Amino acid sequence: MWGSCKGSGSRPYQTAVDLAGPAFRCTCPSRKFPCKHALGLLLLWAEGESGPITADTEPDWVEQWTAARRKKAEEAAAKEPKAAAGPADPDAARKRAERRAVRVEGGAAELEQRLTDLLRGGLAGADRAGYQQWDEVAARMVDAQAPGLASRVRELGALPATGGDWPSRMLEETALLHLLARGFLGRERLPGPLAETVRTRIGFTVDTAEVLAGPTVRGQWLVLAQYDTADDRLTTRRIWLHDEGAGRFALLLSFGAAGRAPELALAVGTVMDAELAYHPAALPLRAALGPRHDIGRPVRIPAGTATGQALAAYGSALADDPWLDAFPVLLGPVVPLPGPDRWQLADAHSDDAIPVAGMGPSAALWRLAAVSGGHPLTVFGELGPTGIRPLTAWTDGSPEPIAL
Amino acid sequence: MDVTWDDLVGSALLGTERRRPPGVVGDAEEAAAGLLDAAAAGVVRRRAGLRPGIAGQRPKPAPADRRPPLPEAARRRLAMLLADRTGDGARGGRRGAAPNLTELLPQWLGAARAEGYAAPPELLPALLDAARARTDLRPDALALAGPRGLWLAGLNPDWKFALRAGPAGAAPGTAGGEDPETARRLWEEGLFAERVALLTRMRLAEPAAALELLDSTWRGERAEDRLMFLDSLRTGLGPADEPFLEEALSDRSRNVRATAAELLSALPGSALAGRMAARARACVRLGPDGITVEAPHACDAEMERDGVARKPPSGRGERAWWLGQLVDAAPLSAWPEHFGGRSPEQIIALPVPDDWQADLHAAWCRAAVRQRDPQWARALLGPPPAASAPVAAVGDPAKLLAILPVDERAEWVAEFIGTHGLSEAFQMLGVCAVPWAGRLGRAVIDALDMARDVGSYPWSFSGVMGLAERCLDPAVAEQVALLSATAEDAPDGAPGATAYWSEAFQRLTSTLRLRRLMLAELRPGSPG
Repeated sequence: MWGSCKGSGSRPYQTAVDLAGPAFRCTCPSRKFPCKHALGLLLLWAEGESGPITADTEPDWVEQWTAARRKKAEEAAAKEPKAAAGPADPDAARKRAERRAVRVEGGAAELEQRLTDLLRGGLAGADRAGYQQWDEVAARMVDAQAPGLASRVRELGALPATGGDWPSRMLEETALLHLLARGFLGRERLPGPLAETVRTRIGFTVDTAEVLAGPTVRGQWLVLAQYDTADDRLTTRRIWLHDEGAGRFALLLSFGAAGRAPELALAVGTVMDAELAYHPAALPLRAALGPRHDIGRPVRIPAGTATGQALAAYGSALADDPWLDAFPVLLGPVVPLPGPDRWQLADAHSDDAIPVAGMGPSAALWRLAAVSGGHPLTVFGELGPTGIRPLTAWTDGSPEPIAL
Repeated sequence: MDVTWDDLVGSALLGTERRRPPGVVGDAEEAAAGLLDAAAAGVVRRRAGLRPGIAGQRPKPAPADRRPPLPEAARRRLAMLLADRTGDGARGGRRGAAPNLTELLPQWLGAARAEGYAAPPELLPALLDAARARTDLRPDALALAGPRGLWLAGLNPDWKFALRAGPAGAAPGTAGGEDPETARRLWEEGLFAERVALLTRMRLAEPAAALELLDSTWRGERAEDRLMFLDSLRTGLGPADEPFLEEALSDRSRNVRATAAELLSALPGSALAGRMAARARACVRLGPDGITVEAPHACDAEMERDGVARKPPSGRGERAWWLGQLVDAAPLSAWPEHFGGRSPEQIIALPVPDDWQADLHAAWCRAAVRQRDPQWARALLGPPPAASAPVAAVGDPAKLLAILPVDERAEWVAEFIGTHGLSEAFQMLGVCAVPWAGRLGRAVIDALDMARDVGSYPWSFSGVMGLAERCLDPAVAEQVALLSATAEDAPDGAPGATAYWSEAFQRLTSTLRLRRLMLAELRPGSPG
């Protein structure tokens, strides 16, 4: 997309935006990036004004730019395998990894001791002790370079305050932590993919380039949902993709510093002909986005399953990854049933229903109810132990998904 | 395995030192580890074995809405306007040259409603939230929301206001044509707000049936409720309501009596209006030096029953107070004959000795407003005062203007602004039809241009500027754009004023352009 903008200079600025990046180029001297001319161009595009930005006849300077970008990307792609093949000093890297493994083992063992102590003394006092002691344990896990353990421990501290049947939930979470810690300590004896799942849950990360260097799957990926969660240090963006032909889901994660939007942004409803590489895991869901070849619009509503089938699928997924708390499901046709505290999604043709996660209706749930109007829908959501979190809906008439 | 999850939770709660789960051996420490193992197996089994629950009560499907959906660009625009409403607080006070979207929302809603669109379902929650926060948005927002919106509002107590919204809130097709049986049941069993809504709704379509409903339970209602119900008779008021209102003049509650009298005096043919006219005529006569006024000496019981308040507000003489009430409740149509066939203009031109002129004319102004009499309103307003004349007019010019036909109103105000500038014009502009007529718009732009040339600061005109953003015809955007070019500061003007003016005009321009675009989006077929 390109345009020229009459600025204060003698010649109009030449501005171009590559929407796939997004990437920007402008001949203006502004040091802001993207500059206001590129933003203006984007705004015009967002308004749907087709005036100056038809792509039919790209002037030379736009073609030069896109060609240069393409070349750079190819060069980068050519360099990547080398980078992935070996860091500067493989020996040092291996030593670092070993040192970290030892520290995490220490952390896991310490956590095991804490959990055993907790159950010796009983959970009954845990609601009085507050989350302070758990924050302390979480800090120890951060020191041990096991951020995945740390965040689970921190959530444990908040549990007693949620009221209701908290001892049961507390035991569930402690047991899963125990399972994770034991899993890591005994990782040598686990099958490869499960060991990878355990490592990921503990908080080991895999380099995206390394993942992409492995096998990729090409497919027609429909962007199902995109949403951000933020804590005080980090904004995490989750993007769910679905390839209906292959019946595959994929989760892209993208991170930004606190208060800033993560880099990757994909519009819900876009269909990408793209290559993905799954992170190694017993239940491959998380993926890295590889080359994109084409984008289009959806032509039909994805097929949904009944609630019973969705729960069964979640059950078998738990066998691969017991710590799974967001399993992608497409339900349909279902009707949202508002309730005074818990909402439900009910099969249109049977009496079965799944509870909606979370207490009290959120803005997304009201949108879901509004879109449904009491009629059946197809719904995409994340299924977890307490119910489903609806993220996207399709009404009968249109293949365009409605983000909730 | 015979150990149930509840057993595990039981021992976890008390601690393995006190209670160990069945089948787990070893000392307390080993038992704790065993408990964790068992629980880990248990939790996976529990979660993997989740079965669907039994569906609760299904909501009744929302009635179908056959209105066309919004064009895509308009749908995005609405989403943006609604999103901006919540984002406003974070951006802080000064707007610079950016248009104020919050003020465009009402206009967008009105225009979209006029085009007969249905609001997109996914935006209904935001739309209802907006209408909840701003009552002025409710009629248009609820009309756009339509049956689906009403259905949704029934599920969320936060949106209860939509259920009791007045006639304007009712979706097209549901207004009027009330089923008598349902109406009666609602009237007898409904909540107060629902009953008021019902009454107001029915008054639009079948005023007589509404009155009958009200009459059927009138004597049993509480005084506050009677007052509210009586007030809703304003809609569709007609001669048929007279007997009921006449009876209400003897009501136990003073406020009810006063409202009944006020409604009756708005019916020029009513007996009360006749009685007031007779009283007023006795006080106001044609004399040798113009109009002789002899204010009443007492306020008798009959007058009080007809709604005359005996006690004047502090600072006003009681006789003048009574006179005012008699004259403003008397039908204006009775005066020309009383003054020897003179027209309203001629009557107003008659001299009124003994300082009664102000009281008398003010009372006529109130009467003209209450009886919506354009002829008298025109006569009382007179032509816009000349540049040298004092601006102060009789009564409230804005209220009188509101009675005049739209074109005449715009002409009058345009001329007024041409001679007096903008400082007194705010309220008058407020009653002019939107978008402002060509001549009025030009008058406002010229006056703003002039104000800049004299060197005043633009925020002295922020009220008018705000109105102009909303009310100027978007077609004049390019005219305003010419003004936003920065010029030299006026030599004797406030320093820096020109830059602020230029920013203010830029904002006005961008708002007008945005309005033009936004209206064009609602009519994708026709050239914007």
